Amino acid sequence: MSPTQWDFPVELCCRPMAFVTLTGLDVTYNAIHRAIWDAFCANRRADRVPISFKVLPGDHEYPKCRTKRTSYEWYIPKGILKTGWMNKHLNLVPALVVVFYELDWDEAQWKEKQSECATRVEIVRQSLQGRNTKVAVVLIQKKTPLPPGEDLIASERAAALCNACDLSGKSLFVLPHTDHLVGYIIRLENAFYEHAQTYYYTEIRRIKSHKEFLNKTTHQLLFVRHQFKIAFFSELKQDTQNALKNYRTAYNLVHELRAHETNMLEIKTMAGFINYKICRLCFQHNTPLDAIAQFRKHIDLCKKKIGSAELSFEHAAWMSKQFQAFGDLFDEAIKLGLTAIQTQNPGFYYQQAAYYAQERKHLAALLCNHSPSVTYPSPDPLETPNGALDFYGQRAWRQGILSFDLSDPEKEKAGILALQLKERDVNHSEINISLLSSAVAQFKKYKCPRMKSHLMVQMGEEYYFAKDYTKALKLLDYVMCDYRSERWWTLLTSILTTALKCAYLMAQLKDYITYSLELLGRASTLKDDQKSRIEKNLINVLMNESPEAEPDCDASMVKAAQRLWADRVSLAGNNVFTIEVQDFITSVDLILGSETGRCVILNWRGGGGDAASAQEAVQASRSFKRRPKLPETEVHWDSITIQASTMIISRVPKLCVQLRHEPPALTNEIYCLMITIQSQEDTVIKDVKLTAGLKPGQDANLTQKTLVTLEGAEMCDDSSPALLTDIPVGNLQPGEKLDMPLYIRCGTVGTRVFLVYVSYLIDTSVEGKEIVCRCHRDETVTIETVYPFDVAVKFVSIKFEHLDRVYADKPFLLMTDILSASPWGLTILSSQLQLSSSVTPVDELESHVENVVLQTGESASECFCLQCPPIANPQNAVATGSYNISWKRSSAGENVPIVNTVVTLPHVMVESIPLHIKADLPSFGRVRESLPVKYHLQNKTGLVQDIEIAVEPSDAFMFSGLKQIRLQILPGTEQEMLYNFYPLMAGYQQLPSLNINLLRFPNYTSHMLKRFLPTHIFVKPQGRHVDEDSIEAA
Amino acid sequence: MAVCVAVIAKENYPLYIRSIPTEDQLKFHYTVHTSLDVVDEKISAMGKALVDQRELYLGLLYPTEDYKVYGYVTNSKVKFVMVVDSSNTALRDNEIRSMFRKLHNSYTDVMCNPFYNPGDPIQSRGFDNTVSSMMVPAC
Repeated sequence: MSPTQWDFPVELCCRPMAFVTLTGLDVTYNAIHRAIWDAFCANRRADRVPISFKVLPGDHEYPKCRTKRTSYEWYIPKGILKTGWMNKHLNLVPALVVVFYELDWDEAQWKEKQSECATRVEIVRQSLQGRNTKVAVVLIQKKTPLPPGEDLIASERAAALCNACDLSGKSLFVLPHTDHLVGYIIRLENAFYEHAQTYYYTEIRRIKSHKEFLNKTTHQLLFVRHQFKIAFFSELKQDTQNALKNYRTAYNLVHELRAHETNMLEIKTMAGFINYKICRLCFQHNTPLDAIAQFRKHIDLCKKKIGSAELSFEHAAWMSKQFQAFGDLFDEAIKLGLTAIQTQNPGFYYQQAAYYAQERKHLAALLCNHSPSVTYPSPDPLETPNGALDFYGQRAWRQGILSFDLSDPEKEKAGILALQLKERDVNHSEINISLLSSAVAQFKKYKCPRMKSHLMVQMGEEYYFAKDYTKALKLLDYVMCDYRSERWWTLLTSILTTALKCAYLMAQLKDYITYSLELLGRASTLKDDQKSRIEKNLINVLMNESPEAEPDCDASMVKAAQRLWADRVSLAGNNVFTIEVQDFITSVDLILGSETGRCVILNWRGGGGDAASAQEAVQASRSFKRRPKLPETEVHWDSITIQASTMIISRVPKLCVQLRHEPPALTNEIYCLMITIQSQEDTVIKDVKLTAGLKPGQDANLTQKTLVTLEGAEMCDDSSPALLTDIPVGNLQPGEKLDMPLYIRCGTVGTRVFLVYVSYLIDTSVEGKEIVCRCHRDETVTIETVYPFDVAVKFVSIKFEHLDRVYADKPFLLMTDILSASPWGLTILSSQLQLSSSVTPVDELESHVENVVLQTGESASECFCLQCPPIANPQNAVATGSYNISWKRSSAGENVPIVNTVVTLPHVMVESIPLHIKADLPSFGRVRESLPVKYHLQNKTGLVQDIEIAVEPSDAFMFSGLKQIRLQILPGTEQEMLYNFYPLMAGYQQLPSLNINLLRFPNYTSHMLKRFLPTHIFVKPQGRHVDEDSIEAA
Repeated sequence: MAVCVAVIAKENYPLYIRSIPTEDQLKFHYTVHTSLDVVDEKISAMGKALVDQRELYLGLLYPTEDYKVYGYVTNSKVKFVMVVDSSNTALRDNEIRSMFRKLHNSYTDVMCNPFYNPGDPIQSRGFDNTVSSMMVPAC
């Protein structure tokens, strides 16, 4: 009995394909034949017809066909299915025999060749006597054949050859040996396939025809056999639908058989075969639910058909195989594209197979524990004459006996004993483990981590039984943490118990201690007596002594283990074991035992978390955790917290620091921050130090633009730092008060935070001890810096018209306007205009705003009359100079220095004009009184200028003089034009305008030149006496 | 009737497991534990559905050769698992459902006990009695 007895035969599991033999091919020595054979068997992809080919010699002897029974009347079958039947039809009895023969149509010795061919056909027919196997002839020809009908000799000789060989025309083929060999071969094999199908069809018909001769009482077995054969032939015919139908019928018939202990195995074997075929076809037809339903039905029907109680392990083995085979089919279908789900995947079937394998092991252990004195029976009852059984599932010692009564009880006993003894040698663990690992692989795929863990526990336990403790421990250790983290203590305890046994049997000290400790813990669900036993053992181990054996261990292994432990004890050195309990950053060590004996260091990592993170510690101490109530004797492990960090706070200072100032600060002013320090301590405070200035950590630019000093306002210059540190102040008596002005100069606007930090030493007593304590008080103040005032500058003409450019040699006005933006009063001490070389003052530049006090929003304006000489390059703007303002806060003391603010004046464009024009006229006119006006026209260029002048009349004036004139002015000379205007109306009147046209400079229009001339004049009315005078005159 | 009744905490550790005393207790522990794979999967699939439409009864988790395992999850993600003998075909889905509902009510009573700390193993005579009534052997 081989361990593979329960495996399905190969012929059952393969896909049946039509069997065709090829004869007359010499594939060893003939290259052409070799090429033909290769074309048949190479590249058999799914698109080629399903045929299995075999090359056989022409005189091959096929299995003999028994003479056909004419009547079943006296026939009693001896079993359901012969063991050789499937193989016979797959590999021995062909559906078609093909005779290859080299013969061209124009063969010279046609007659001889034809008869040789006929002989070959005849030999094949002889050997197939009684079978329906078809015969076909293929002529291998060197020449490409002509199209059908054109070659008269060919058709004539073909007919003659068919006749000679007794072949139908459909069974004669021509294979020209040309370039297109594969194409011809594919056409040939399609034709063969048709022949084969016809053969299997007739076989099915033949078996069906037997049915009417059978009767239900004696031929029950034949019903199953025939149905199975029909189904199998249908499969060979590739008619899977009918095959499935017939297998289903066969399956039902199997269960209708009269079952008895003696034939139970045969029935189950056949049921298993047929079930396998049905499930396989269902998966093939992509109806997996049908397959599952069939399998369930099969298991339900067969589960209780145990058969002989003494051989009940056989039933378990068979059940295991059923599940395994279904799992394999399922898995194969998935590989071909079927989708499985979490609750329906091959893993469950492998798991169940493993369950039955386990069952088989238990039953075998129970039934096969014969004493060593029991010897294997002789002669061997399992031996058969031909080395194999005739029928599937029968007993070797009573083959073909159908009677339910045991004719020879002695023989039966020997047979059972032989089977039991064989079973004893089976390595059950190996089978079980391989099934479990198949299941693990599946469950891993279908997201069942817990199922996977469970199976791994089973595998570990199986390894334990198989005495492979290393592997057992590895698996158990692997899954332990899953159960631990999910807090399934019962399961964890069970696993730990097995693991402890493994560790004991291998004398693995570290593991032994680890598992013992865990089993002693509160998570373990062991009873107290067990715990105390383990504790005793643990103490023994720590004392460097051997522990007691764990209960229920294999006796022989315990002996070996005791030797190992003895070795461990005698071994010197290396008796310190470090056990990592958790994985974190900080750690706590607990040392058990002594370094002289054995010493175990339990290393808890973590606890307080990262010591560097103070925040965590604060959180940990603040977090409110509800702690379960525990008996007095127990300590709640989680409530032990490690305070890895703490905050150290200095003594609360008794010192008052006050700051007085008038915010906001103004840019560049010396801002005074008055610091008042008052001691409130009871004793003298020493070594008082002041740190004051810009608080560090702000914008780096602020540091550069902020200056502080204590040395009086005058000392605040660019060399002063932004922060004064540790200025010694000396000692302060209790209640003593100290004022210190801090001068700050802020170069830019913005918000600054200033720090005033006072530290001191004080003698104090803590818990009766005199110590020197350093205290400090710090104050911060935020000071905003703003601009003290805005300065607006503009250029206007003499007529107070806005100028975007000034004209060379023409006076203009510079107007400045100081607008106070400070919330505090500002005193302008003086102002000064610093002119650049390109601008000259027309009159004296004295300040008009000296000692002016400006409140918020008030402004002080000045006006200067200036003139620009002509410049070389009129495209560029020229610098005009700067405006210096000296100011201070009105509230500032005498000692506070004056702030000088320099405002750079804007650049201005200077334009030279070719013709200067000026009007000389009185400041007012009087109605009907002559008003002499003189126009001066000066040529500023080096060219003679042609000028046209026209005077436009005005309603308010009559005038005399040249109304329209064209004149020339020599370079650098001046021309005067004299007019007498005679005002007609009083009021602010428009003068007659002078239109000047420079012919050489068309750019300078009359409109532009007019800007230099007055446009209006005030005309007074005639006075009364003037009236009288005029009347007198009249 | 049930052969094993279990209450599993939100974090998947057992709050209560009782099985019939005639069989190996460990086996049922493993059965209940492995069934949590399916429970987890069902809950995560259900997570997408709206809360008020959620069905607490999870139905048959998976059938083994000998037992059927049913599941039920409360809104607070506490799970009830019930193992029923496969041969007991008299039990219909509706009956299982009503058994779970009964269990849920009893569990709610346990939770209402001010002396009970949620998350601790359930030790309640009332709950024991409810479970016992479900585990009366069929014979």
